[in-house]
Amino acid sequence: MSAEIDWIALAVFVFFFALVTVMGFFAARWKAGPVDSHLDEWGLGGRQFGTWVTWFLVGGDFYTAYTVIAVPALVYAVGAYGFFALPYTIIVYPFVFAVMPLLWKAAHKKGHVTAADVVLEAHGSRGLELAVAVTGMVATMPYIALQLIGMGVVIQAIGLTGELPIIAAFVILALYTYSSGLRAPALIAFVKDIMIYIVVLVAVVVVPAKLGGYAAVFSAANDAFAAKGGATGLVLKPQQMLAYATLALGSALAAFMYPHTLTGIFASKSADTIRKNAILLPAYTLLLGLIALLGYMAYAAHIKVASNNDVVPALFKALFPSWFAGFAFAAIAIGALVPAAVMSIGAANLFTRNVWKSYVNPGISHAGEASVAKIVSLIVKLGALAFTIFLPTQYALDLQLLGGLWILQTFPALVFGLFTRWFRAEGLLLGWAAGILWGSWTAWSNGLKPLATLDLGGASYVFYVGLGALILNVAVAAIATVIQNLASPRSAIARS
Amino acid sequence: MWVLLLVPFVGLLWVPFYNFQEPALFGFPFFYWYQLAWVPICSLLIWLVYRSRTPDETP
Repeated sequence: MSAEIDWIALAVFVFFFALVTVMGFFAARWKAGPVDSHLDEWGLGGRQFGTWVTWFLVGGDFYTAYTVIAVPALVYAVGAYGFFALPYTIIVYPFVFAVMPLLWKAAHKKGHVTAADVVLEAHGSRGLELAVAVTGMVATMPYIALQLIGMGVVIQAIGLTGELPIIAAFVILALYTYSSGLRAPALIAFVKDIMIYIVVLVAVVVVPAKLGGYAAVFSAANDAFAAKGGATGLVLKPQQMLAYATLALGSALAAFMYPHTLTGIFASKSADTIRKNAILLPAYTLLLGLIALLGYMAYAAHIKVASNNDVVPALFKALFPSWFAGFAFAAIAIGALVPAAVMSIGAANLFTRNVWKSYVNPGISHAGEASVAKIVSLIVKLGALAFTIFLPTQYALDLQLLGGLWILQTFPALVFGLFTRWFRAEGLLLGWAAGILWGSWTAWSNGLKPLATLDLGGASYVFYVGLGALILNVAVAAIATVIQNLASPRSAIARS
Repeated sequence: MWVLLLVPFVGLLWVPFYNFQEPALFGFPFFYWYQLAWVPICSLLIWLVYRSRTPDETP
């Protein structure tokens, strides 16, 4: 990447960044509510977001800026295998449609703000509540750090160097999230998503036209992979197929266990809002599939990069005029702000409700909850900022990968409780621990790769660790429940 | 009707269904356009289930 500052791109970038900053502070007064007097207001935007706001908000924080950088980078590096993000973000929606309206109803009836609140009510276990809350917070931190890394990549592409620009961007983000809560990312998401749509639609029409059409793009990538060798190519190698499918399924089941996606669910106005979004949100998946192909376009455009993450910025700089490259970079940077804000709000809600209220100050008022959450959101973001500045980028990537595996282990506690009370809390807690320990250990001993290998009858099967850990988790929970039922049968009237 | 929600899982998780290059469409190898085609199909299936269910009672 050149170190020269591209002034036109920078000017466009700064203009849009300033625009969303003003919007972020203004957001406190949008769909006005008493932001400081109740956590429902600051942390869930007043639980009033209808179909369109939810569509922009969830689309904006589920398809993050890091996705725009990392998915094409992976596709550029390995080809078809990197495309698993596409089946993942398709099959997630039948799941959202079937399950999330039930979760919303459970939360809405009792005024719950977090997943751990719902788990506490369903299973009556403080231990399980804490396990879900801590998993959520720990899995979110490196995810926020990745958003910063995504933002850093485009800021560098404009020619700005050093830590100062990213610190400035983050301080602005922290301040308006503090003052406006979830309303800020919800409002900014409109701008961000429209900008991203424009960038991608232009890119997928203009870039192939400049490069000789999609057939030429795919054939350039095919030649590059043929020269590269190894487990790369336009289709999957036989041994990659199970890994591809299990990564897609495991990621889809994990996606709506994260605090930031659940915050979007809890903030919506009705169960029907969520169902309609399950039908409408796949529009973003189409976008993601097209974004992924930018990785192949880089081959056709003969882009050479030092780090795979630079593929998208380098492609835009090579093929677009400065002003449009600046617009695209602003879209990606603003795209980092929305999920980073929602993630910090989700983590702050968890801390406030399930750590502070449960263990420190049970008698806290609604206004007290809001002010604790506001301060925690600042601390969470400072932590993520320190993470990106002082630790190697690889740590954030590794931890985010482990985070996906960890958050998936909260699935049984959260989702099973919506359908059945058969599982005992102790069993679920034991299953959660087994899944996390086995999964982390396996990933760790494979050099932090998300894949595990199972040898059965001479054949070896490579699959996603998180899904394996989830199966172990459910098995342990079921066996522990059976044993416990035998040892101490519960009375029929214990639960209503 | 709810069984329609399982169809995308079958179509996308059984990779041997689509792990090849031909036939291409608009320059896209089969692997890519097949998966992209599932996006609107999935929306359509969910919409069909949505339409067939009894609506929530209004609070």
